[in-house]
Parts: sequence; structure tokens; C-alpha cells
Amino acid sequence: MKYQVVIGLEVHTQLTTNTKIFCGCSTRFGAEPNSQTCPVCLGFPGALPVLNKQVVENAILAGLATNCSITQRNVFARKNYFYPDLPKGYQISQFDLPICQHGHLDIEVDGERKRIGITRIHMEEDAGKLVHADIPGVDDSCVDLNRACTPLLEIVSEPDMRSPDEAIAYLKKLHQIVMYLGICDGNLEEGSFRCDANVSLMPVGSTVFGTRAELKNINSFKFIKQAIEYEIERQAEILDDGGKVIQETRLFDPNTGTTRSMRGKEEAHDYRYFPDPDLVPVLIPDQWIEDVRATLPELPEAKRARYVAELGLPEYDAEVLVSSRELAAYYEETVALFPQAKTVSNWVMGEVSRALNEDNNRSITDCPVTPALLADLLKLMEKGTISGKIAKTVFDEMYKSGKAPEKIVEEKGLVQVSDTGAIEAMVDEVLNNNPAQVEQYRGGKETVFGFFVGQVMRASKGKANPAVVNELLLKKLQG
Amino acid sequence: MEIFDLTIHELHEKLKAKEVSSVEATRAMLERIEAVDGQVNAYITVTPEQALVEAEAADRRIAAGDVAPLTGIPVGLKDIFITKGIRTTCGSRILENFVPPYDGTAVAKLKEQGAVIVGKLNQDEFAMGSSNESSYFGPVKNPWNLECTPGGSSGGSAAAIAARTATATLGTDTGGSIRQPASHCSCVGLKPTYGRVSRYGVIAYASSLDQVGPLTRDVTDAALLLGAVAGYDPKDSTSVNTPVPDYVAGLATGVKGLKIGLPKQYFIEGLDPDVKRAMDEAIALYKSLGAELREVSLPHTEYAVATYYLIATAEASSNLARYDGVRFGHRAEDVRGLKEMFAKTRAEGFGSEVKRRIMLGTYALSSGYYDAYYVKAQKVRTLIMQDFLNAFQEVDVLLTPIAPTPPFKIGEKLADPLQMYLSDIFTIPVNLAGTCGISIPAGFSAAGLPIGLQLIGKPFGEATILSTAYAFERETQWHLKKAPL
Ligand SMILES: [Zn+2]
Repeated sequence: MKYQVVIGLEVHTQLTTNTKIFCGCSTRFGAEPNSQTCPVCLGFPGALPVLNKQVVENAILAGLATNCSITQRNVFARKNYFYPDLPKGYQISQFDLPICQHGHLDIEVDGERKRIGITRIHMEEDAGKLVHADIPGVDDSCVDLNRACTPLLEIVSEPDMRSPDEAIAYLKKLHQIVMYLGICDGNLEEGSFRCDANVSLMPVGSTVFGTRAELKNINSFKFIKQAIEYEIERQAEILDDGGKVIQETRLFDPNTGTTRSMRGKEEAHDYRYFPDPDLVPVLIPDQWIEDVRATLPELPEAKRARYVAELGLPEYDAEVLVSSRELAAYYEETVALFPQAKTVSNWVMGEVSRALNEDNNRSITDCPVTPALLADLLKLMEKGTISGKIAKTVFDEMYKSGKAPEKIVEEKGLVQVSDTGAIEAMVDEVLNNNPAQVEQYRGGKETVFGFFVGQVMRASKGKANPAVVNELLLKKLQG
Repeated sequence: MEIFDLTIHELHEKLKAKEVSSVEATRAMLERIEAVDGQVNAYITVTPEQALVEAEAADRRIAAGDVAPLTGIPVGLKDIFITKGIRTTCGSRILENFVPPYDGTAVAKLKEQGAVIVGKLNQDEFAMGSSNESSYFGPVKNPWNLECTPGGSSGGSAAAIAARTATATLGTDTGGSIRQPASHCSCVGLKPTYGRVSRYGVIAYASSLDQVGPLTRDVTDAALLLGAVAGYDPKDSTSVNTPVPDYVAGLATGVKGLKIGLPKQYFIEGLDPDVKRAMDEAIALYKSLGAELREVSLPHTEYAVATYYLIATAEASSNLARYDGVRFGHRAEDVRGLKEMFAKTRAEGFGSEVKRRIMLGTYALSSGYYDAYYVKAQKVRTLIMQDFLNAFQEVDVLLTPIAPTPPFKIGEKLADPLQMYLSDIFTIPVNLAGTCGISIPAGFSAAGLPIGLQLIGKPFGEATILSTAYAFERETQWHLKKAPL
């Protein structure tokens, strides 16, 4: 039978607040185990949670960016279960009154746009981590509670995706948005952006969803595709054999690319949610929402549209440039100083990106050629002081040394030669030295023209003004 | 008059006048504990060395002229208060050897004033009980009759006042746990409005009901000690940011023209005749002082106990989940795997009353029962709150008994938890309503057992119930009577 896959995603984004959601401990990653803890996040008797206001503002931002309505009376609830990495024996989360609801994101797969619903976004605290003791002779597990009580937003989609590619498009879009908002560092490997996928199959044409499996532990975009594809295969096989898919949590194994059941470890839970009496309801008046909205940055979709409509960039360029907030900022700063949108785009997507890639994927914010320096370089090229080809050489030098382009051009004597007398002499020499090619050209083989240009440029060590070279060559060859 | 007999304000005057030093007062108190606590069992932990160090520091402050009302005063703390470096058990085996790394807010405020902490007081395990019989550290005996319970859960805090083994104590009140033992031990006990005193550093039983308050020899001391610990605390999201009045300054306001309500649901058939007589005398006294007394109705009173035992146990079932043997407290040995560690640790660490309430609460929150129990109880709680607000439209203060009977015998109600739960019928509604109440000595039964009187105030109306209580105390001698110990 042919099956249609139905996918819903639950994403946990760890917020980049300096301190935890309910205490003043640092959220820095990678510190000595249990060094970033206090009575509150250790769940000591008598300790009480106090909400970090910035978490609420980050949640509002996420809600506004994903077209959600903001809940104005928020209640935190306790989710009760026992686990050693959960200090209080409950997780403070939100249950029936999440801060954001009824949103959506539009994705594009193979040129087709599709709207994916967002059911809810809620605030919660993270748990700690179990680590195996690295002590000889000790077989115990240890608990690191540095991560306990760090703020998370759980973003739950509707089961609206119908292929692994749609799931990835949605995730990438969401990832891009939280990065743009600056509320999450987006690091999948360190677990700051974690995804669980609910996957089920139904016969093509059916409208009744099948039983779903929840896939966990997927920490890269590549693995998400793998996990879902494997799950489609697994469930299809079960259904083809007349079996029934069981509702369960399955762990993705990146080594084998398969998923396996977590049964036994995680049985059906009754979490006994109830409002946390230690926290008062968070009221969000209209004014607070508007204040947060005022800080909302231009989001990638709007930016892309503006680049096309106002700057006249091709769709492709716009798409690439808005892929990260930092890249777009770099581009915009350069365009502000050198208002030739397409030229700047070519350079940013070309030389700048290449240099950064070759430099160990260095971040654009760390690029030695700042927007101001790049603009200076482009101005030199525009004025005709240097040729486009020389400009690339100068760029490489700027990237290496961080020097201003004028300085490099001067030091290395790279000023473009536009003096017709000097170029004419070179042209004459090239034509004299290559009589055979001159014959060919005059015989109608016009493609040889490029050969002459190249020879003249080489003779000038790249400094000859190409426009002057072209003009003189044409005159001489045709004349 | 011995030093340990003095009130806070009396000892304060003597300290200030340098008639006695804090070290002397502390020594006297430690000797008194040594002499009589073997009979009473009010203390779980006595901290003589630390207390004397604090007393010396207090004496230096006094010598420098820096004397706050509590400087150098020997106080005891219910063992529910988190104290840095001092074992804090909450009356439970599961915390038998737990030494906290921090001080709670109320304790920090006492230390700031220079109070001397002489020890940690016995209580019902996790404050669950009305007789102090559920403590892992044995029952507390009532100093007025060693065969009787002192009430609970702050039984040690009340008994220490009656036994004169602390000048003043702090307790907590979730359903009457300050007021009922204060009544049974003939001392003053005040449960402030929810949010008046920070709960930070107080081991949680039922978070939406727990509140810290003083137990003292007289009303003036209660005003002093409340003033010392009250106030907004950014570490407790449920504490309320409203100014703390000078409770002592307002004590002598008087009751002329004060409207005192008598809730008819609290003066029921079956009220012990001695209790009834004490109430009648109190009513007559207030009338003679110029107060206007009138009957009011709190129609949802009969649902209070059931409501309380759903909400309190639901919250407790979650609050007590952290005692899992992972990070602190008792951990069972010889276990295989996590589940067994959790189960055995808790089975060994908790006593039967705590287990009963965890099970009740877990049930009330379970899917399928949540709406019928927890949600319903919250709705009834709102109605009970509304009852009080309505009554306070008509009157300034409510006057009621604290308990239907004088103190009962140790063991008398243990076999029948329901009977025990019902003994809190007059105190529980105040916690559900989140408002304030005070218990003051109002007489003795024919058998010589203490009887307390409850005055209930509007939310944040502590000053009014204190001045109303003070007016009564000025005209009576009950608070001056000493337990025969
Ligand atoms: Zn912390």
C-alpha cells in the first residue's frame, strides 16, 4: 500500500538569557559540573522559584515572530515525575495556558509554499544531565545540574508536514527565526535547539491519522531527515504485514541511522499537572506586548522581500543574504556605504563568503574586512583606480592583513593603467607577436578576441584598464 | 521571676539597662532546656555553642548601643526553618542528618536583629498533624499536662513557650499549626496574612497555605516578633509588597466601637462546655469594653476541612517529591536500580501520616480525578474566601474558638485520622481565605487545661487583631499563668 506520512515537530529552544529561568545562576555552557547551581536549581528544601522576566519577553518575541496570539494571563504548572536529573521531582512548565498559541510559519519546498500551524509555545525549565562517573571502580551515574532550571521554549507544531523535506524546511525556518530574534544560539549539537518528531502513516487519500511514534535525540538537520525516513520505512513494513504501530517514544541512533523503542524506560506517565502555587500568574498587558513588538527585528521573510523589491536583487541573492541576521547586517552596512546592491551582493556571496569558509568557517561578525573596508575597496574599483581582477587580489591582502585597500594598492603599485599611449604600445606588441591569431580573427573567428585581451592584461600585470584594452584592440584589429 | 520567664520586651529592657547580659540570658535558657526538656521533648536540636557565640556578639552590640528589639533574645525555631549549618529535620527521618547550606529569609531577619537561636523545635513530620505525634523525634508533651498533646504541628514551638525554654519562637501555620498549639499551651500565636512573611527557606508543606508566624508569651511580643520577620521578599514570588506597620505602636488602640463578628457556624452544638464558657466570658468582656458584637455567617464553613485536605495534600504530594535520596537526606541502601532507590528511600524516610497525605494528594491530582477533587476544591476555596470578605463588609474582626475542645490526650486520636482532621475545623478556613488570625489565652478547663480564643482579621489586618487581642489581654490574667513545670 502507498502511505502518506504525517509529521508534527516539538522543538525545545534553550534561551540565551544570562541567568536561569527561576534563579540567578549562570547559564554558561561547559562549566565544571554542578558549579552553576544554588538552593533553588538544586531543589533544596525551602527554596522558591522567581521568574526571570527576560524569559517572558523572549517568549513574546518568539510568539510575535511566528504569528501567535499572546496569552495575557499566564500560569506555570508543575509536571510531576521522578528522575534523578529533575531536582524537585517536578518540572515547572506551562500546561493549559501556554504563553503563545495559534501561530503559523510559511515554508517553501520545491517552489511550493505551504503554511505549517504552530499549536503552542510555552516556557519551562530544563532538567540536568546524567553523566557516567569517570572514577575507576565506581559504577554509579552522576548528576550534573548546571543545565537544570535553564530556560526553554517548547514550540509545538501542528501535524501539518507531509514529507521529511517539509519537516526540515519548517525546522530551518524556525531555527533561522530564533537566531534572528537573538533568543537562542541555535546550536543543535550542544542541545540548545532540540527536536522531537511525531511521525505516523496513513493510507494515501485517507484523512484519519495513524498511530504516531515520537522520535527523540535528533541533534542535526541531517539526522532529522534520516530518522523520519527510517521511521516511514519501519512503520510501512509493520502496516504492510497487517500489524499495528504502537504509540511509543523511540530513540534515534545516529550511528546506525535507525530508531529504537524506549519502552520500559518511559512508561505511560500521569504527570499530574497543576498550577504551581509558588509562582503567581504572569499578566501581560497590551502595552507590554507592544513594547516587545517594538524590539522585533526585521525577519528573514520580510527582509528577503525588501531586497528583491527595493534593492532589485535576484531572489537567489536575497535568499542567501538573509540566511543569517549577521550576514544580512554585513550586507546592509556595506550597501549603505556603497549603494550598488548587486555589486555588493556579488562580493558578499563571492569573495567574502569564500574567504570566511576557507578560514575555518569564520563568523561574518569576525570578518577582518569590515563593511566599511569592503565599501572602500568597491569604491576604488568604481573609480577605475583598480580593475576588478586586481580588486580580488587586494581583498585577499585586506583579509590577511586587515589593512585599508588604498594602502595596499599604493604599497604594491596596483593602480590601474588607463593611459592610452602605454596600453597602445602593449597592444601593438601583442598583435605583432601573434600574427597567426590575428589572421584567424580577421578570417572571422571572433572568439580569439579574448586571447588578445588576456595577453595584454598579462603584459600589464593585470593593471591595464580592461575597457581601454578592449577599445584599442577592436580599433587595431578592425582597422 | 527567672530570666527564662521574661517576655521579649521585658528582657529587652533588662538587656538595654545592662541588668542582665545576653550571655546570661542564653545560659539561663540553655540550663532551663537541660532541666525540663527531657520531660517535654520540645527540642529536636539544641545549639548551645552557636547560641553562646551569638549571645556574645549581641552583648557587643548592646555595649555599642546598637539594640534592636530582638538583640540578645533567646529564640527557638520550628525545625521547618532552614538554618545554615544547623541540622534541619522538619520532624522527619528523611532529613534526619540534613544540614542546609543557607538561611531562610525569616531566620536571616532574626539574625540581623541579633536574636540568639538556642535550637530547633519539634513538630509534626513536615507539619502534617494537629498533635505533634507524627514527629520522627517523638511526641511533644504539653507542659500543662504531660499526658496531653501540645497540639500541632508547631507543638514544640508552643510547648517551649509554656515550658519557658525559649523567650519566643517561630512556627508555621498551614491549617492552624501556630494557633491551635498556642491555644493548647496557653500562649499567643499569630498566623499572618498569606504573603505577609516570606516563605523562602521554610520547608514547604502546602505552598498556597503555609505562613510563618510568632508564638510568644504575650501580645506585645507577638507584635514585636511579627514586625521583625514581616515584609516583602523578592525571593518569594508570593510575598506581598505592602508596607509593614509598627504593630507595637498600634497595640493600645482599644476596641471601643469595634465591630466584632461571631460566625454562627463556629458556635455549634457539641462545642466543649469549657470552651463555650470561655467564649461567652470573652464576648462579655469585649462588650464591656465598648465593642459591638453581632452574629455573622460564613456559610461554606462545613466544606473547609474537606477542601483543605484536597488542596494541602495535592500540593504536599508534589512538594515532597524532592526527597528522593539523590542530592540530600536519607538514601536507602542495598537497592537495585533507580526505581527501587526512590521507593525504598521514601518508604523508609517518611512516616505514616506523611505517606497518607502524599497518597491522598497524588490521588486528587490524578488524571480522571483532577476536576472532581482538585479543581472542585479550588472553587470551594474561592467561596470560602468570599464568605470572609462578605463578613468583613459588616465587621472588623471575627471572634471564634480555636479548637472544639481543650488539649486531648496523647494517643487519643491517633487511631482515627478523620477525628484528628476535624479538630482543625475553626482554624483551617483562615488559611483557605489567606487572611490572618491570632490565638490568645482565654481561660482553662475544669481540668486545668488551656483554652484559646481566636480573632480573625481582614487580609493584612494584623494590626487590628493585635490591638483587639491586647485589649483583652490587658483585662485578663490568663497569659500570666505558668505551666506547672
Ligand atoms: Zn540556581
